[in-house]
Amino acid sequence: MEQFIRLDGLVAPLDRANVDTDAIIPKQFLKSIHRSGFGPYLFDEWRYLDHGEPGMDCSKRPKNPDFVLNQPRYEGAQILLVRENFGCGSSREHAPWALLDYGFRALIGPSFADIFYNNCFKNGLLPIVLPAEEVDRLFRECEATPGYRLVIDLPSQTITTPEGRVISFEIDPFRKECLLNGWDDIALTLRHADEIRRFEAAYRARHPYYFVEESAA
Amino acid sequence: MNAKTLYDKLWDAHLVRQEPDGTALIYIDRHLIHEVTSPQAFEGLRLAGRKPWRTASVVATADHNVPTDPGESEIRDPVSREQVVTLDQNIRAFGALRYFPFRDPRQGIVHVIGPESGATLPGMTVVCGDSHTSTHGAFACLAHGIGTSEVEHVLATQCLIQKKAKNMRVRVDGSLPPGVYAKDVILAIIGRIGTAGGTGHAIEFAGEAIRSLSMEGRMTVCNMAIEAGARVGMVAVDDKTIDYFRDKPLAPKGELWEQAVDYWRTLVSDADARFDREVVLDASILKPQVTWGTSPEMVTDIEGRVPDPAAFADPVKRDAAERALAYMGLEPGTPIREIKVDQVFIGSCTNSRIEDLRAAAAVVRGRKKAPNVKRVLVVPGSGLVKEQAEEEGLHRIFLEAGFEWRDPGCSMCLAMNADRLEPGERCASTSNRNFEGRQGAGGRTHLVSPAMAAAAAIAGHFVDVRELLPAAV
Repeated sequence: MEQFIRLDGLVAPLDRANVDTDAIIPKQFLKSIHRSGFGPYLFDEWRYLDHGEPGMDCSKRPKNPDFVLNQPRYEGAQILLVRENFGCGSSREHAPWALLDYGFRALIGPSFADIFYNNCFKNGLLPIVLPAEEVDRLFRECEATPGYRLVIDLPSQTITTPEGRVISFEIDPFRKECLLNGWDDIALTLRHADEIRRFEAAYRARHPYYFVEESAA
Repeated sequence: MNAKTLYDKLWDAHLVRQEPDGTALIYIDRHLIHEVTSPQAFEGLRLAGRKPWRTASVVATADHNVPTDPGESEIRDPVSREQVVTLDQNIRAFGALRYFPFRDPRQGIVHVIGPESGATLPGMTVVCGDSHTSTHGAFACLAHGIGTSEVEHVLATQCLIQKKAKNMRVRVDGSLPPGVYAKDVILAIIGRIGTAGGTGHAIEFAGEAIRSLSMEGRMTVCNMAIEAGARVGMVAVDDKTIDYFRDKPLAPKGELWEQAVDYWRTLVSDADARFDREVVLDASILKPQVTWGTSPEMVTDIEGRVPDPAAFADPVKRDAAERALAYMGLEPGTPIREIKVDQVFIGSCTNSRIEDLRAAAAVVRGRKKAPNVKRVLVVPGSGLVKEQAEEEGLHRIFLEAGFEWRDPGCSMCLAMNADRLEPGERCASTSNRNFEGRQGAGGRTHLVSPAMAAAAAIAGHFVDVRELLPAAV
C-alpha cells in the first residue's frame, strides 16, 4: 500500500448526498480480474454522455460538460469534497480503486458508509470526516475560489486552507499508523499467528460442531 | 456478570485479540466467495506467496455474472466468462469445503445457498465480499460484508480486523396485516431511519412481528440492514432457527447436533441488555411499500403519492429528491398506483427463496401479465429453490401468466449479466437497491415485495396487492 503522509492537492466538490458505489464505478466494470485500470470509468454514467463498457477508449467518448470533474478548473484534483453517506451500497472495493486510479488521494465529507470507509484505508486513500458545517464551508470556499487547494497533514491530523485556517480531524490511531507506514494489514496480523492458532484450538474444542468436515477428513 | 446483547455475545465468542484503541481481530468461521470480489484477493495471495489459513472455511459459487436463461449453457460474454473461469481456477488451486460452480444443481446466489446447505450455522462469524452478507444474521450469525482486501486478509489469516460497532435494536411490535411482508417491514424501517440510520451500528431486529416471520422473511429483513447503513443485522435464535437446520447437509448430526443446539439457545440478547439506540415500529399499521426514488429511503406506501421535493426542509434532501424525480421520470403528487411498469423482476438475495415465489404465485394464479409489461423475470435464488418450486408447480403458474422462469443467479438485481433494463424502462423489482443505473444504465427501479411485484405485473401498474389476494391469505 502507498504511504500517506502529507498532501497538497487541488480540490473538487461533488455536491450530492448518498453517492453509492454503483455510481462511483458501475457494475459492467466489475468484471475485471485486476485491481487497476478503473480510473477512466470513475463515475462513468455521470461523466460521459454515452454508455461505457469495459475496454473502451474513454479519450474519444463524449463527456458530460455539466459533470463537475469535467470542468477544466478541477482537472488534476486529488481531493474530493463529498456529502453525507458517501460510498453507500455495494461493498465493491473497485470504488476506492477507481478513485485512486483517477488520481484522488483523499476524500473529505460529513459521513461515509462503513464498508467503503474501511476499503479506502486498505488502499491508501484517506477519507476524512468533518462536521457538516465545516464541510459546507469548504464547499462554498472551493466553488468560489478557482485553483482551491488544501494541505492535508496526516501526522498532525490537520487540513490547512489557502487562507491559513487550520482544521483538525480525527482518525483511528491504528489506521493512521498503517497509512503513515504504508503497512500491509496481512503482514501485521500474521505477527499474531501463534495467538490466532491458540485461539483457534480453544475455539474448536468449545465448538466442535463448526469443524465437522475437518474432523472427518 | 454484565447483561449482553446478542451482538456482544457473538463478538466476545470470536475475539482473538484487541488493541488498546479497540482495533480487534475476530475469528471467522465461514468465508463465502463469489467470482466478482475474489480474483484480486487470490492474486494477492499468490503474489505474496501466502496460503489460505483454513480452506475448509471456504464455500464458493458463481452467481453475479452467470446467465439465467435456461437455454444458455455457456457464458457468452467473454469478460464475464473469464471471471467465472478465474474462480474455477482459484478454487481448484487453493481449495474449499464446497464449490457450487455454474450449472451445478446446487449453484445459486451465495446468500441463498449458504443457509440452504448448512454452510451458515447459528453463532458463526460469516464474511463475504458482498454487502448483502448481512442476510446470514437472520440465523444469529455475526455476518459482515467485506471488501476484496479483507477477502484476502481472511483467506490468509482467518481473521477480520474490526472495531466493535454500537448496539442498536429495531423492535417491530404487533402483527403484520395480510398482504404486508418482510420486505415491507424492512423498507418501512429504512424509510424511518434513513440509509445512514444504522451506520456504525450492529442492528438486532426484534419484536413480535420479527419473531412471527419465517427464516426466509428474517433473511429478507437482515439482507437490507446494509441499506439502512448497518453492516450487520441479526435476529436472535428461537425454535424456528434451530428447526431450519435439522436436515441441512452441512449441519452437525447426532451428539454434536445436541451440543450445538445447547449453545445456539444462548444466542439471544439478555433481558436487561443495553442498546445504544432503539427504534420501535408498529407492524399492525404497515401497508405495502413502494420506493419512488433512487435511494431505498425514498419510500412510501401503495396509498401514497410521489412527494414534492419542495416539501423537504433540508436542502441536501430536497436536492436529492429533485434529482431522483428527474431520473425516475416522475411528477410530484402522482399517486403511486398510477405508475406504470415496463418490466418486473422477482428474484435477488433479498427475495428469491421459496416463500417469496409462493407469495408471488398466490397473486398470479389464474391471471395474466398485463399487455404493457414487456417482460417479467422470475429468478429463483438457487437450483434447490428452483427444484422445490417446480415440485410445487409454481413455475407453471408463472409460465401460464406469461412470465419467464429462469435459472438461478443475481440477474437483474445488479444487471451484471444479460438481464437488464433499457434506458428509461421502469421496473417493479424485489431486489434491494434502486440506485441510478443499478438494473441497467438509465433504468428506473421501484423496490417492492414479491407479492406487490407480481401484482404490478398483472395490473401493468402498481396496485394494492391486498385487493388481489384470495380472502383466505
